[in-house]
Amino acid sequence: MDLMVIDIWLIIEKLALVAIVVSISLLIAMYSTYAERKVAAYLQDRRGPNRAGPFGILQPLADGGKLFFKEEIIPLTSSKFLFVLGPALAMITALMTSAVIPWGGTLNWFERNISLQIADINIGVLYIFGVISLSVYGIMIGGWASNNKFSLLAGIRGASQMISYELAMGLTLIALLMLTGSLKMSVIVEQQINGPWNIVYQPLGFLVFFICALAETNRTPFDLPEAENELNFGYHQEYSSMKLGFYLFAEYIAMFISSAIMATLYFGGYDIPFVNESSLSASIGHNLVTILGGFALLLKVSFFLFVFIWIRWTIPRFRYDQLMNLGWKKLIPLALFNMVITAVVILLLDK
Amino acid sequence: MQALTDKIKVLERKPMTIGERLYLPAIIKGMLITFSHLFKKRPTISYPEQKRYFPSVWRGVQILNRDEEGRERCTACGLCAVACPAEAITMEGAERMPGEEHLYKEEKYAAKYEINMLRCIFCGLCEEACPKDAIYLSQTFAPANYHRKGFIYDKQDLLIPHPIEEPDRYKQALGERATALKQKAKTSEEESMDN
Amino acid sequence: MTIIQILFWLLSALVLLSAIMVVINRHPVYSVIWLIITFFGISGHYILLNAQFLAVVNIIVYAGAIMVLFLFVIMLMNLNKDMEPQKSKWLKLVGAIACGCLLLVLIAALKDIDINNQIAETNTGNIGLIENLGTVLFTKYVIPFEISSILFLSAMIGAVVIGKKD
Repeated sequence: MDLMVIDIWLIIEKLALVAIVVSISLLIAMYSTYAERKVAAYLQDRRGPNRAGPFGILQPLADGGKLFFKEEIIPLTSSKFLFVLGPALAMITALMTSAVIPWGGTLNWFERNISLQIADINIGVLYIFGVISLSVYGIMIGGWASNNKFSLLAGIRGASQMISYELAMGLTLIALLMLTGSLKMSVIVEQQINGPWNIVYQPLGFLVFFICALAETNRTPFDLPEAENELNFGYHQEYSSMKLGFYLFAEYIAMFISSAIMATLYFGGYDIPFVNESSLSASIGHNLVTILGGFALLLKVSFFLFVFIWIRWTIPRFRYDQLMNLGWKKLIPLALFNMVITAVVILLLDK
Repeated sequence: MQALTDKIKVLERKPMTIGERLYLPAIIKGMLITFSHLFKKRPTISYPEQKRYFPSVWRGVQILNRDEEGRERCTACGLCAVACPAEAITMEGAERMPGEEHLYKEEKYAAKYEINMLRCIFCGLCEEACPKDAIYLSQTFAPANYHRKGFIYDKQDLLIPHPIEEPDRYKQALGERATALKQKAKTSEEESMDN
Repeated sequence: MTIIQILFWLLSALVLLSAIMVVINRHPVYSVIWLIITFFGISGHYILLNAQFLAVVNIIVYAGAIMVLFLFVIMLMNLNKDMEPQKSKWLKLVGAIACGCLLLVLIAALKDIDINNQIAETNTGNIGLIENLGTVLFTKYVIPFEISSILFLSAMIGAVVIGKKD
């Protein structure tokens, strides 16, 4: 057997890309905590944080610093190891999804074509789905290891909520995949650059996907796992210091990543709207267009982040039975209907 | 039963229509309402940089006044304590000793003077009762405190800064109210004289 | 040793170790977590065989859904050492004999397999890719595939019937 040919530059390039993507995700998650407080304040006619730095721009650093220096309390749990593993898992699964999202086209540097996607695997969509299905463990293990009845209840709630909404999410993805015919994220984006965005064909699918994304990231109106008023902050009740910070932070990273997924699957990814990329790259250069495309993606992502926050400060939390009713009796039939209609239309158009 | 007002609105609990059961129109309506608040004027006053306007007749926390030479005006007559509807004021009088003439204006002075700010209703009756112009309500409010006993203001908390040694702080503490009241008293006196 | 071989041995060691830990761990929650690690190791093997679809589906279905339900039930029942029922000596002996028989059957079945002619297609084969798998499932094996879907459907209906009140 021959040795695998290892391109050392490829490894360096990918490592650098991983570092950049992870740090950008962390930075954006940091500032989405700030954006959350600021938008919440503005929606409620307040001013929001404005003391740390100009316009309170250093507030996330102050919050993070505070969390780091808080006393770390590990209760007499059934397992110290699992207690620490919980927030770590939440953070890892939140970050892992970013590997298959194409953050831009290719850059031409030193006669190398550098793709702005960490791994263009041929099952990209399924990979995302797999990692999302693993994100339950962070909540469940943390909730159970806290050795607290409220935490356990919240962990179980979170798990059942995530499993329920994963089904509807998967069904909408099937409809989308019938359209694109490929599981590769890069191909899906490529098709949208050359044709109309998928939202045009799949408005209902997007709506269901968006609602499921809200539920998967545990955002209001589906934030039952951390219900303050009935479960005392739910699964992270016993957590303090940066372990609590990790849980809170993982939520914002998941929000960022799921916004990126929605932008990629339904809103053309790094496609700059109303612009023909190939003619633009002829006039201003390939690299510049790629960077502009990356910014277009980030703009779309920040729009979705705003919608997430906007929804949080508008809609009150669902009751648990309402949540389950919505998931099983409304969203899954809707997603199935969407899937069947899509299949029929595709078959008819092919004939 | 006869309706007490004509403003009663009878709530009809009909089963929801399909449009209502979709929830989405209602949700979008709510989201637009919150969105419109992004462009509303914010009533917040950023406190240390910005201070709210207190009118000259604002009845804030009390001050014990001094005369032009900086002597305490209060003679511990107790009229303010009698006038106080909330019974917030207590005091103890003492006799002025020889050599203390630069401290107290009259032969008798208040050795102890306390106002319980948790009881005070800022009605200003003490100010009206005082025959010696010794107590005034100033243009600030009583600041927050962590303990109940911090709200019982003793004489040191209430006394106005010395007008000769610290003229700026004296003026600030006195505010516009004392002069405005004096002006008002003068005009009303003149009016009564005219009549 | 190539990188693939090193990975293979590492993954195999991981899978075997975690599988043993599933059995010998006394706490059910830990057993489930070790089982999840086992599934990850097996998914790693699939990736080495260039069967990425199988790898991811293994994670989605087993690690992401079934094991969550396992954990769910175990956490809700709050099993711990004190509540573990004491089994009699005879029962243990019967269990050991039954497992020994199973092992014997497995060894007998695997003994005659010619390993040398079965070369694993590492990193080159494309049987496990989604297009090929889909084609095979919907053409060559379409009848077993549909029959198994009916099996799942009947299981679902059964669950609904049991779950319904009265």
